[in-house]
Amino acid sequence: MGNNLGISNTDDEEPSSNGTTRRDFLAQITYAGAGLTLVPLLAGTKDILPQAPPPNAETATINLTVNGQKHALNIDERTTLLDALRENLQMTGTKKGCDHGQCGACTVLINGRRVNSCLTFAAMCQGKEIITIEGLAKGDRLHPMQEAFIKHDAFQCGYCTPGQICSAVGLVNEGHVHNDADIHELMSGNICRCGAYQNIVDAIKEVQNIA
Amino acid sequence: MEPFKLIHPNDQHAAIASSGAANVKFIAGGTNLIDLMKLDIEKPAQLVDINSLKLQTIEALPNGSVRIGALVKNSDLAYHPVIVKNYPVLSEALLSGASPQLRNMATVGGNLLQRTRCPYFYDTSFPCNKRVPGSGCSAINGYNRNNAVLGTSTQCIATHPSDMCVAMAALGAIVHVEGLTGKRQIPFHEFHLLPEQTPQYETTLKHGELITAVELPPIRYSAKSHYLKVRDRHSYEFALASAAVALNVSNGRIEAARVALGGVGTKPWRSVEAEKALVGAAADEQSYRNAAEAALNGAKPFKDNAFKIELAKRTLVRALKTVGGMS
Repeated sequence: MGNNLGISNTDDEEPSSNGTTRRDFLAQITYAGAGLTLVPLLAGTKDILPQAPPPNAETATINLTVNGQKHALNIDERTTLLDALRENLQMTGTKKGCDHGQCGACTVLINGRRVNSCLTFAAMCQGKEIITIEGLAKGDRLHPMQEAFIKHDAFQCGYCTPGQICSAVGLVNEGHVHNDADIHELMSGNICRCGAYQNIVDAIKEVQNIA
Repeated sequence: MEPFKLIHPNDQHAAIASSGAANVKFIAGGTNLIDLMKLDIEKPAQLVDINSLKLQTIEALPNGSVRIGALVKNSDLAYHPVIVKNYPVLSEALLSGASPQLRNMATVGGNLLQRTRCPYFYDTSFPCNKRVPGSGCSAINGYNRNNAVLGTSTQCIATHPSDMCVAMAALGAIVHVEGLTGKRQIPFHEFHLLPEQTPQYETTLKHGELITAVELPPIRYSAKSHYLKVRDRHSYEFALASAAVALNVSNGRIEAARVALGGVGTKPWRSVEAEKALVGAAADEQSYRNAAEAALNGAKPFKDNAFKIELAKRTLVRALKTVGGMS
């Protein structure tokens, strides 16, 4: 159910008269629904729910700007940006693959540059602009890279796709691509276990206007 | 991961002053340190986030040197016009390392302190003298295909993983550091240590000292340089063997040369022997082969990595051919 939270975009959201955004409303009904239906099922499995930091942890209150929205979080300082997004902000579009910087599934853009969110402490991201897969579309209008991935069927299972798309957006911003070989080399930080690589290259070429 | 305290000083003196206690580490890009913390290989009690310090610039100095701030990201250095034009060996080395995401995060200072990827260092269920001094080396009699053939000891055969450092070794870079007692400059060949009997000590950086910059001294012919990396897959992989070379060739003769090897040594491996073999020789394949023989003269193979000796020779010959031609 948490995935419902990831699909709205914040840029075009107007708060309603009582100050509630669509995202807040979705969050409320999602939690309400979860409260009614899931808690009895999850009794005894509390380790899969968000937890308070353990008693020996150092905690901090931090401010993160994600997809244009500011969030204040009280977190264990060990929390990576990836875990803060997924576990604290319930933005599960960014995926956890290897959690060691080897697969690229967790790729997000910080100040316009693609990075591995699994190797970044959330507390070191304050004051930076973080863009995740949820923040690329403008309202109902997909980002050109998202459109191109759909057009070229550039995914199969889809698990690596948010990271592939964020990485591809960063790649285009960096401006070092001139041919297919450049794309192969400069997308090597994103692994696709389904092997959709050729279609990913085609999608990027379309956005880059490479024949 | 063990809990730690994270502080964010925005002044260099404060950062250095807060780093003197035992078990305190600086953190910049975090690409290596956070990974090692997740695996409980590194367990700092306090991290000093240095990303607010003013160590982010690349400057051409009046004496012809280039001074690179310790917090310059690997990707920014690799694509900097001065580096691309005058030090292609360094640009190519940086771009052959890691992935674009990691290069956007990793800093020059952090790259100097990168830890080995020896699988026994990473797997805490195995003895490793680098991780737990005195526990033994699992690689010497274990699976050691990726381990070193140069600079090994009876205590450790771990390969130094950095590409950037191989280029900097060839260029004779100078590491600028600052501690509570003042500033000092460390010549690149004195920065990294051989494992010898104490593989847990990897550099001559003292505890509490901060790397502030790396200086590239002027070399007339550094624009004629190249980094060649050979690995198991085409991209995003550590070197099996690599070569950083710069050559000054005039009328078919080699007047000056710089050579360093990666993927085969326990530290970034400048080969003065290969350079001596090249200077004064004709710029031809036989000279390059002679240099390669000299570079690998002291190599010691282990059960699974004898292939690296010939691979490193061929890598060096090909890199030299690329720069020096075949006159």
